[in-house]
Amino acid sequence: MSEAGGVGGRPPTGSMSEAGGVGGRPTEKMSEQRLAVRKTYKLFIGGAFPRSESGRTYPVNAPEGRFLANASQASRKDVRDAVGAARKAFGGWSGRTPYNRGQILYRVAEMLEGRHAQFVDELRAAGLGGNAAAREVDAAVDRWVWYAGWADKLGAVAGSANPVAGPYFNFSTPEPTGVVGVVAPDSPLLGLVSVVAPVIVSGNTCVVVASEPAPLPAVTLAEVLATSDLPGGVVNILTGRRAELAPWLASHLDVNALDLAGVPDEQVGPLEEAAAGNLKRVLRPTGDDWTGDQGTRRLTAFLETKTVWHPVGV
Amino acid sequence: MNFDYAPAPESASIVDIRPSYGLFIDGEFTDPADGRSFKSVNPATEEVLAEIAEAGAEDVDRAVAAARAAYENVWGPMPGRERAKYLYRIARLIQERSRELAILESIDNGKPIRESRDVDLPLVAAHFFYHAGWADKLSYAGYGPDPRPLGVAAQVIPWNFPLLMLAWKIAPALACGNTVVLKPAETTPLTALVFADICRQADLPKGVVNIVTGAGETGRLLVEHDGVDKVAFTGSTEVGKQIARSVAGTRKKLTLELGGKAANVVFDDAPLDQAVEGVVNGIFFNQGHVCCAGSRLLVHEPIAEELLDRLKARMATLRVGDPLDKNTDVGAINSAAQLEKIRMLSQVGEREGAQRWSPPCELPDRGYWFAPTLFTGVAQSHRIAREEIFGPVLSVLTFRTPDEAVAKANNTPYGLSAGVWTEKGSRILWMAERLRAGVVWANTYNKFDPTSPFGGYKESGFGREGGRHGLEAYLNV
Repeated sequence: MSEAGGVGGRPPTGSMSEAGGVGGRPTEKMSEQRLAVRKTYKLFIGGAFPRSESGRTYPVNAPEGRFLANASQASRKDVRDAVGAARKAFGGWSGRTPYNRGQILYRVAEMLEGRHAQFVDELRAAGLGGNAAAREVDAAVDRWVWYAGWADKLGAVAGSANPVAGPYFNFSTPEPTGVVGVVAPDSPLLGLVSVVAPVIVSGNTCVVVASEPAPLPAVTLAEVLATSDLPGGVVNILTGRRAELAPWLASHLDVNALDLAGVPDEQVGPLEEAAAGNLKRVLRPTGDDWTGDQGTRRLTAFLETKTVWHPVGV
Repeated sequence: MNFDYAPAPESASIVDIRPSYGLFIDGEFTDPADGRSFKSVNPATEEVLAEIAEAGAEDVDRAVAAARAAYENVWGPMPGRERAKYLYRIARLIQERSRELAILESIDNGKPIRESRDVDLPLVAAHFFYHAGWADKLSYAGYGPDPRPLGVAAQVIPWNFPLLMLAWKIAPALACGNTVVLKPAETTPLTALVFADICRQADLPKGVVNIVTGAGETGRLLVEHDGVDKVAFTGSTEVGKQIARSVAGTRKKLTLELGGKAANVVFDDAPLDQAVEGVVNGIFFNQGHVCCAGSRLLVHEPIAEELLDRLKARMATLRVGDPLDKNTDVGAINSAAQLEKIRMLSQVGEREGAQRWSPPCELPDRGYWFAPTLFTGVAQSHRIAREEIFGPVLSVLTFRTPDEAVAKANNTPYGLSAGVWTEKGSRILWMAERLRAGVVWANTYNKFDPTSPFGGYKESGFGREGGRHGLEAYLNV
């Protein structure tokens, strides 16, 4: 089975929609008798995979209408739990050495690569053609590797030694902003990794609201993160109604910044207004082309500059 | 020992305050459309200094239109090397007129002449000189090969460092190719109006800098104006949040430099005499009207008693009085309203159970004055430990371990600055890593430089002013 096989691929499954993997996608006949074991798509909070405390789910369908899975429909309480987990993880994660964060992110890329076939499968279920899905997964893995390498270079590129007019040593270093709320774009894998990786590589932790129509790859990404030595709570992923969850993230007083990448234009204003309550840093939607060169913008949007002075003397 | 000082007043003869001032729009001083005005008062004497025009909606429209035209026709297209020369000119004119400006600043604001002359004005000139050099080097600033300006910048500044805040706002905006409409604070507009005259002396093209005077309503009209591309505000966190709400959903780029409640942390191995000087400078510099003031003193328990004794002795030598006297350490509180706020929060401090102390201190009969004050027995829950007082009032708390110092220092929604006093280098760096604040002064306090990025974490705002980092606020990146 060429598409889904290989190391890390989905196990071969039965023939028809009843038996398939992602929502019963028909795949090659290998064992007429065996019924596939489907996955329950849950939330990812503090390194664990709970269902929504609300008990709610919503059906996720393929573009042509075929049922794929019931995703958890997260609630305000889930947002709060996720923010709590992200805050708890912040001290430890931001305190890691950049080299260590870089290695862990690279490890995530290794795990992503290992699940290549599964992601291709999920992206095809979400409506991408076979080649496009494969290219998308390739790009997502490469994007993650690109960001992983920034971990131990940001300090040099975004920091400085400042030539003040006096006998002082003065230097500026970039530091992570804290807990970042991320409303992910609808590009279900490449867009998702393009907003998550730049937030965490510098030491931030985050709460991500996954694409509402195509949340399944986000849950699979959570499984990758859970098996990559990434400490629990660094990335928390919620699925559900974007319009319900984003305002709670925007108004939460323990969230320091917001990435509104996946927010429709008309909702940007109200979310920015809510974010002003504790002066969150807000990255407005940029209409990003996720395939192109990303630049450093998404990295620097969630950095603070700290400047330290000390006298020079004997 | 008794120190007596004869009066040493700086002569104000170099300053020529006109009875009334108009708005500086499109290179001309003009009257406001509806003819309204307000008064600027000398806070040390309560005398009216001048009638100042109050800009309304029509005036703000005109100022923004003038800035837009100047941006599109002159300043935007101008090569960076030419913009640079204008800024160098302005820097030189400020140096030439620095004594006049320092005296005027002290008269209008109430700050001691020693500070306006030796701190504010040298920094103002340095800020223009520094940013002048960036104007033709922006391609090397790390924002891509050809970073573009934003357009028209709306800038609203506070009354604590009137001309210095003007420099922090206007110099980088102009260097990056933007034009500006700036509103100075209603209690301290005079040096901004002399700056307008300096722009004319520099032959700066009309409309590149516009100064609209007024109070909060004028500021609101300016930052909410559809014709501005950038909003920069320095002031209270409360107003900063209002501005952030009003900018929500627009194209405007926003930077905010807001309040603070900085911890100044003194360890038991600190050089005590230097630490005492640093603590005094941290909270009594500029009457404590400093957003980054070290208003919470965190003392290591083993030395708390000794440090407080020395601190009280030092506070008893502070001279409070005439801002124009060259011996004055602490000048006048900027306004009656601010004095009322300081009094109110100090009374709350007593009511909540902290112990209040001030040295014997004779205050002048007229004007707005507040004696240097410290509170001991302060708990973290007290309002004087949580709220920005913006006056010469220090809250003293103690700690036992470095972890406790960090936890207490960071226990605030603010994050503008912090101080650390210890002889142990590794401890300085350990503390500096953990303090959630934009500026950390180690074995020094309240130092500023145009090459050094300044700005806050958390609710102290976002964006930086100064250094390479400060350029980002005025570039389309």
